[in-house]
Amino acid sequence: MSREDYEVVIGLEVHAELATKTKIFCSCPTEFGGEPNTHCCPICMALPGTLPVLNEKVVEYAVRAGLATNCEIEQNSKNDRKNYFYPDLPKAYQISQYDRPLCKRGSIEIENEKGEKRTIRITRIHIEEDAGKLNHDEFGGGSLVDLNRAGVPLIEIVSEPDIRSSVEAENYLRKLKSILEYIEVSDCKMQEGSLRADVNVSVRKKGETKLGTRTEMKNMNSFRSIVRGIEYEIDRQIDLIEDGGVVEQETLRWDDVSGRTFSMRDKEDAQDYRYFPDPDLVAIRLSDEYIENIRKSLPELPESRRERYIEEYKLTEREANLLTASKYLSNLFESTTSICGNAKAACNWILSDISRILNEREMEPNEIPFTSDHLAELIALIEKGTISSAIAKKVLEELFENPNKPSKIIEEKGWIQISDEGAIREVVLKVLQATPQSVADFKAGKEKAIGFLVGQAMKETKGKANPQMLNKMFVEEINKM
Amino acid sequence: MEIYELTVHELLEKLYKKEITKEEILTSYQNRINEKEKDVQAFVTITEEEAKEQFKKVQEGNNTSKLAGIPIGIKDNICTKGIKTTCASKMLENFVSPYDATVMDKINAEGMVTLGKLNMDEFAMGGSTEHSYFKKTKNPWNLNKVPGGSSGGSAAAVAAGMVPWALGSDTGGSIRQPASFCGIVGLKPTYGLVSRFGLVAFASSLDQIGTLTKDVEDSALLLNVIAGHDEKDSTSAAKEKEDYTKALKNDVKGLKIGVPKEYFGEGINEEVKASIEKVIEKYRELGATVEECSLDVADYALATYYIIACAEASSNLGRFDGIRYGYRTKNYENLKDIYRNSRSEGFGAEVKRRIILGTYVLSSGYYDAYYKKAQQVRTLVKNEFARNFEKYDVILTPTASNVAFDIGSKINDPLEMYLADLCTVPVNIAGLPGISVPCGLNSEKMPIGFQLIGKPFAESTILNAAYTYEQNTDFKKNKPEFKN
Repeated sequence: MSREDYEVVIGLEVHAELATKTKIFCSCPTEFGGEPNTHCCPICMALPGTLPVLNEKVVEYAVRAGLATNCEIEQNSKNDRKNYFYPDLPKAYQISQYDRPLCKRGSIEIENEKGEKRTIRITRIHIEEDAGKLNHDEFGGGSLVDLNRAGVPLIEIVSEPDIRSSVEAENYLRKLKSILEYIEVSDCKMQEGSLRADVNVSVRKKGETKLGTRTEMKNMNSFRSIVRGIEYEIDRQIDLIEDGGVVEQETLRWDDVSGRTFSMRDKEDAQDYRYFPDPDLVAIRLSDEYIENIRKSLPELPESRRERYIEEYKLTEREANLLTASKYLSNLFESTTSICGNAKAACNWILSDISRILNEREMEPNEIPFTSDHLAELIALIEKGTISSAIAKKVLEELFENPNKPSKIIEEKGWIQISDEGAIREVVLKVLQATPQSVADFKAGKEKAIGFLVGQAMKETKGKANPQMLNKMFVEEINKM
Repeated sequence: MEIYELTVHELLEKLYKKEITKEEILTSYQNRINEKEKDVQAFVTITEEEAKEQFKKVQEGNNTSKLAGIPIGIKDNICTKGIKTTCASKMLENFVSPYDATVMDKINAEGMVTLGKLNMDEFAMGGSTEHSYFKKTKNPWNLNKVPGGSSGGSAAAVAAGMVPWALGSDTGGSIRQPASFCGIVGLKPTYGLVSRFGLVAFASSLDQIGTLTKDVEDSALLLNVIAGHDEKDSTSAAKEKEDYTKALKNDVKGLKIGVPKEYFGEGINEEVKASIEKVIEKYRELGATVEECSLDVADYALATYYIIACAEASSNLGRFDGIRYGYRTKNYENLKDIYRNSRSEGFGAEVKRRIILGTYVLSSGYYDAYYKKAQQVRTLVKNEFARNFEKYDVILTPTASNVAFDIGSKINDPLEMYLADLCTVPVNIAGLPGISVPCGLNSEKMPIGFQLIGKPFAESTILNAAYTYEQNTDFKKNKPEFKN
């Protein structure tokens, strides 16, 4: 049997750090980085006698996330202790939620590789505290504990095993990321670990109703490694089954360098977390009014923006999808369009050149250093013919380096387009003289030759000549010959 | 009378009348510690110099509190900034808290002077103070007897006149039982009345800080200081401040007292029983109505208590892992060794027993049968008390079914030791206030105590009832003899 005979079943447990100013049970800052053990206090260091007090913002943010993903909100929730020993867990228990998570039974819509709509159900969203960080081998052979991250609030979003491919997994995660960004509960910086996922993968023969044995890849924090990891696991599991073997339920570590998974712990180490309600905290009771107020305060979600873009700005579905996938890009688009009035141009710039540069530089959209004013001016300068689109691309690169008004940039760099008829005619004549073959080609009916001539002229003027004028003038001059 | 024999309200009166000075008070107690500590062994840490310095600062400052300069002793599981907080454990032998417990903030704000940290059963687990890693505290009435526990150091120090009063903690009787064994007054407030922030947790849903004093008026005085809502403790009650001394009216006419028959059956010592019967008589004489009542679930309370307390303890004590503070084994090659050996070597037998019990009852597959069931029984116990409080204002029981026992006599019989908590644990399970008041000596001249239990936050009611009994009896004429 081949891969086509198998169905892939994937479920994701996504951890998102919440963007609250202070930690979940004390008033230490949640800020990323900082010298080790400077963002902590007796409470998040679990000194004897200290007690947690729940940060109400955390509940609010989790409820926002729940409402934005169509969850039911639990009005009578609580915190539970998850007990285990590890040096990054100072209390030897993590305060989490066990049987009464704040949100449950939600769903989000995604598209699969064929462009079909798929609904991925969300089992639950619960709040919990992050652990600290171990820095291995910094001094001699030992490990050092940094508790800056201990107590940073997280939500864990658990999906049903509704995902059927690595593409769906990626689309699901992208959708989730964009929702969390829109509602401003997490900055979702994957490289800083503020959004990470545990990926559960299993396979079964098509038509089979029972789920196969799953493996879990822990703490994946890039789209690329999630896709690669899933593909690897699918192949590994199918090969194993085809060879007559059995998939073992185990926790795996994905290694990006070797491109394979490794077993993290075996079954003998199976943890019994001894969950029980945290007696230091009181029940979380949410009124209808509280939940309704949060619902009313939710901003427009990507789904609705997407539809508006198609309707209002006449963008294609693909364009609208791509733009709304990131709140920052979407905001940049709306703001730029409102200034320059040219939605199509704004969309094109964002989806082609800006996205390309972000990719090349491995930047997140929210790290774009220039503003919508800059982009709008750039578009206006092209429209006015002040610069060519070739120059505009150079201006954009410059905007990423040293953000400034585009008009300033082209002035300083001397990139203003040559639109003076005399100057352009001079270049045209010079090029015609140098390339008699192209002239002959054009006369013989090869229209494309004009392109070559314009290219030469651009080269001659370092891209500054007005391309429309060049076109017109080449035709005029050749016809005169 | 020597200064160290006086109650705090008597000291305040003499200060007011300028018959004594604050210096004389401090000196009297510090001398008494020097004289008696070698026999009683109540302190883990004596802060002689720190106390003098603190006293000096208070005198120089402008603290207008009437309690400024009054000494106090603190149980060694309450965090004191800059002074060791050991919980009487090898695990925390050298632990110095960088912060003060909320009750210490309050004590310090009054300008009170801490004379030292008092001995206890390790992590407050035990009823005899024999489970201290450091020393066995002796009962001032008979040095061969235990002072009770776990706040045995606090009770013995007050009884011996080494501190005028002390703070303790009570998870299943740890203030009331030693108070009863040492012939003093012990008050466990309603769960949530006093902040637990800075109290090293044993069982979070049962722990409560309270007072050990020479008489009831002092209990009210000290409760005034430590009670109050604390934002740092989510389980702290948002209650208006009350002046508990105003409740002491020396009048119980019309007070309805219930006496649960379950506490007078098998197992109760005859002399204790006779003494409690006299208390009942006295209350009737004073105009209260006393009736027999029933606390059906009393039988289950002890089992429930040990399941809940051990479960919470097993989790609360996880942080003592040898990583960040406290004892770390020298004997390790990997992380598992650090955990296993630090905890094996750092905890005493009783603590380990309870951690193991607690781990077991929370384990998957056992949770429903033990922990969940215990929480259900807990609700029943609460309801049972509530039902009784529809009829009665207070409930009266013995504090302990017997007087203080010989040191070493129960140390190898944990179950026997656990049974000593029979009368006190239901109060913690239901989160109610309870007070132990001395009511006599047995034939061996060992103190007997009775317990009054009140409705939630009805400290005033039990304090007045206790005060009225005290004012109309004369237990105070008895003094501990430091018998060998």
